[in-house]
Amino acid sequence: MNRRSFLQGLAAALAAGSLQLVRAQQGFKPFPPAPTLGTPLQPIGVRAASEAHVVRYISNTLPSRHTGAAFAPIGELDGIITPNGLHFERDHAGVPTIDPKDYRLVLHGLVERPLMFTLDDLMRLPSENQVYFIECAGNGQNGYREPPEPTLTATRSRGLVSGAEWTGVPLRILLEEAGVKPEGRWLLAEGADAAAWVRSIPTEKGLRDVLVAYKQNGEALRPEQGYPVRLVVPGWEGSIQVKWLRRILVAGEPAMSRGETSEYTDVRADGRIDAFTWVMEPQSIITRPSGGQRIEPGFHQIRGLAWSGFGMVARVEVSTDGGASWREARLTGPVLPYALTRFVFDWNWGGEETVLMSRMVDDQGNVQPTRAEFLERWARNNRYHYNAIQAWRVGADGRVQNGDPALAVGAAPPVQAGGCGGEVFDG
Amino acid sequence: MVRIVLALGLFLGLWAAAGGYGIGLPLTDEQLASYEALPIVRPSGAGLPEGEGDPATGFEIYAFDCAGCHGPNGEGAPFDRLVADAPFSLDLPPHRFAVGNYWPYATTLWDYINRAMPFASPHNMDPDEVYALVAYLLAENGIIDADTVVNAETLARIRMPARPLYRVDPLTRQLFPWIELP
Repeated sequence: MNRRSFLQGLAAALAAGSLQLVRAQQGFKPFPPAPTLGTPLQPIGVRAASEAHVVRYISNTLPSRHTGAAFAPIGELDGIITPNGLHFERDHAGVPTIDPKDYRLVLHGLVERPLMFTLDDLMRLPSENQVYFIECAGNGQNGYREPPEPTLTATRSRGLVSGAEWTGVPLRILLEEAGVKPEGRWLLAEGADAAAWVRSIPTEKGLRDVLVAYKQNGEALRPEQGYPVRLVVPGWEGSIQVKWLRRILVAGEPAMSRGETSEYTDVRADGRIDAFTWVMEPQSIITRPSGGQRIEPGFHQIRGLAWSGFGMVARVEVSTDGGASWREARLTGPVLPYALTRFVFDWNWGGEETVLMSRMVDDQGNVQPTRAEFLERWARNNRYHYNAIQAWRVGADGRVQNGDPALAVGAAPPVQAGGCGGEVFDG
Repeated sequence: MVRIVLALGLFLGLWAAAGGYGIGLPLTDEQLASYEALPIVRPSGAGLPEGEGDPATGFEIYAFDCAGCHGPNGEGAPFDRLVADAPFSLDLPPHRFAVGNYWPYATTLWDYINRAMPFASPHNMDPDEVYALVAYLLAENGIIDADTVVNAETLARIRMPARPLYRVDPLTRQLFPWIELP
């Protein structure tokens, strides 16, 4: 080392040291204890006032807020349980107001004994507690846009999913009380909302693991989650998990209701339309850092959510170089079947532009597809079940944006997102 | 008195044996009538009530109750398009999916209009009005003639243009091999 480079090095070191010193002086701010008594005991806790900005996202292009959806702000949440007030919401005719004293659930049709249950009846029967995700079939719908929407956030990308601990009576118990006849292979479940929402569920599934739920994370369901009673159908699309459940008609054939024909059916790349696309395919998304956020160089713990309607999350891999290499993320917290699972990945960002991605594999070996792989199987004018890898581009300025690759020129013409009432989640 | 107690005991005993928990009120057909009044209609026609309607009558109701949301002739905006302006194709954007190019069963129309329409004051029409609206929409979509009367028997027999495009999701087919589309 010559004298010149030594002096240069010394100057650089001093500059760096003084920079740290300046930063320390600027950042220093004492944090004293409260000078006097705080708020007295309250019968119910509310969020810190300074957290009021953490709310669900509702598109401002909906023709009516009585149908459409509110996205859980997954870009700002941690853990695998969504706070009840932030659980995503999808309604088809607004949220009904139901007096629990008036509530009745009727089971009839192809049964030995038609029965009516009060809310108290349901609560007296044996209960189960299960942590399950609920995901709207329309989750990821913004991913169909071409070219990809640059201002996309984690919330608008995959916020139509939430996780909760549900308490309820297994539907199997009610079906056994009523005695389903052998030809009663379908359960036609109906809600008490203004649309009297109807969906058909195979009795086989109803006997296996469906819950008639009345509690959400320990407290009564929120009105927008079906108060006082909803179905929870583990792993399946949200729209079949009928809220404000008022009756189950046991039948020999499905209803082919609007919600399983003109909506919630899926167009394949070969032009076929699939009905009964119930199982939610493997998903993962990095929630931090994600679209709309800004990061500084240095250490970051990449955090995200993964889940699969087929069962349990087996593995999540993260790429910090645009997919050139992948490394396994660490799963932290409970790993449960049909539940949100939290993954974390330690990362040092050097300040160069890059793209972050996550992909997951479930315990049945199902792999989350890339955008190109996904669009090879599903039509460009499909509306549901978008589960492709979400990429986030980190700019040299630390700003994070949608990093999804545009499709090759010459691919099918862009499909205009939105345009009609109940099916537009984010115009 | 003894007989009543014995009968009650026998009833409860049978009930417990049958169900297990003896919780839940057994219902009579009369008690179920109010539920049958809002039928869950199936493609076989099960659930459809008596009644009938024709397209011209349906248009009068449509113009008054439906056109504000679905356009003067079902072309949509601000809510869903009901009358197809093109056959289904992979290039057709979702806001142009409609009864004539995407709906696989005519019975669904009756069921959904009856239970959920008009949006803000649903399940208030009588069966004839619903049949008339269904007839109007089927005629506008070119599925029936303008003078065809629709009733429970004819509705279940109508073949919709989109029905051949539909199949059971292959994964669902694996999980439940017995499932077939009606």
